[in-house]
Amino acid sequence: MSSNTDFEPKIIAFVCNWCTYAGADLTGTSRLKYATNVKIVRFPCTGRIDFLLLLKSFAQGADGVIVSGCHPNDCHYTSGNFHARRRWIAFRSILDLMGVDIRRIQYSWVSAAEGSKWADLVNNTVADIRALGPYAEYQKVADYLEKEGYNEEA
Amino acid sequence: MKKLRDRAAELLSQGVVSLVIGYEEGTKRPRPLFCRNSEGAEKLIFDSHCFHNLAVYITKKELVGKERFAVTAPISTLRSIMQLYVENQLSEEKLLVITVDLSGELREFTTFDEIAAYVAQFELKRGEREQEILSKIEGMTREERWKFWMEEMSHCFKCYACRSACPLCYCSKCVVEVNRPQWINPWPAPLANMEWHINRAMHMVGRCTACGACGDACPVGIPVDLITRKMMEDLAPEFGYVPGQPAKQGNALSSWKLDDREQFIR
Repeated sequence: MSSNTDFEPKIIAFVCNWCTYAGADLTGTSRLKYATNVKIVRFPCTGRIDFLLLLKSFAQGADGVIVSGCHPNDCHYTSGNFHARRRWIAFRSILDLMGVDIRRIQYSWVSAAEGSKWADLVNNTVADIRALGPYAEYQKVADYLEKEGYNEEA
Repeated sequence: MKKLRDRAAELLSQGVVSLVIGYEEGTKRPRPLFCRNSEGAEKLIFDSHCFHNLAVYITKKELVGKERFAVTAPISTLRSIMQLYVENQLSEEKLLVITVDLSGELREFTTFDEIAAYVAQFELKRGEREQEILSKIEGMTREERWKFWMEEMSHCFKCYACRSACPLCYCSKCVVEVNRPQWINPWPAPLANMEWHINRAMHMVGRCTACGACGDACPVGIPVDLITRKMMEDLAPEFGYVPGQPAKQGNALSSWKLDDREQFIR
């Protein structure tokens, strides 16, 4: 899609405090450069990341979402990421049924030692979302009330 | 029918149960009947049109009280009762389940093992309506599915009849009533409607027994039951349960396996 070359995707990353947040920190202290499109939200664990938060970020204008935490068996709380993984499987299946673009949610495991993996993950996701273009379909539905109801003169 | 009325009257007059939840003739179709004496039991009916899921009442403490009670249950209600039991919402001492089997004989269940054995004979199949709509959805591209559901969701006016009709929606405080923060917007805009239905489906993962009560209750005819039904069918091989059978291995989202699928995780 050549028309999207000047489109800068907005990406929200939901990360766990113990692995991916520390991993992203390592990317910075290692002076690795990566795309600046990502806004990081820190959570205590991937198990804490409510599925509705992912939808809320699309409604607020995100074009893509990254969800990342500790590798299996590395969870600070023993099994938080296993529970999260099950929830993602179910959530992906339901979103796909409803017609939400599941390619825009990227799941990953990034440990505290994988600073370069974090940089690659963000760069690849930004490239993917750039190719997909803005998530206008969802955002149109999200502003429904403002357009149709509250600001009639606008 | 005669056998059912006689037995219900007998149970009530002998004091075995204090309440029988069943069906009576309604204006268009059978409606729920709560009989507390033998005169009430005379109105009981039970036939193939009785598909209102009465399991929704048996978790309501203000209705059933502390005494033992009986409920008449077709096969879909029996499935819901089993699921409620594995979720520790029912006790065998309090509940007597009555059904009429295929040969027209009255059957009573006092233990949940008996119900499980009886339910296991019946395989959960898609009906004509489900097959028609689901095969249409399965043939769509993602964009078409989004359009289809947005069109359907635009009719929803958030009456929450789907929630009230569902026997497994028994939380005393529902996520839609949480307002700090306002988790799901209360107004009926397409996005808020879709968030609600996705939420409902997520809360039904591994639990829905596909009784169809939610879709039946919808006043504007959104096939909401098919969201959870399709989800159950798709996730069954993933989480190792059989749709329509109680999830004895534990709730799908509160248990996990080391080898859960993760090809989609980069």
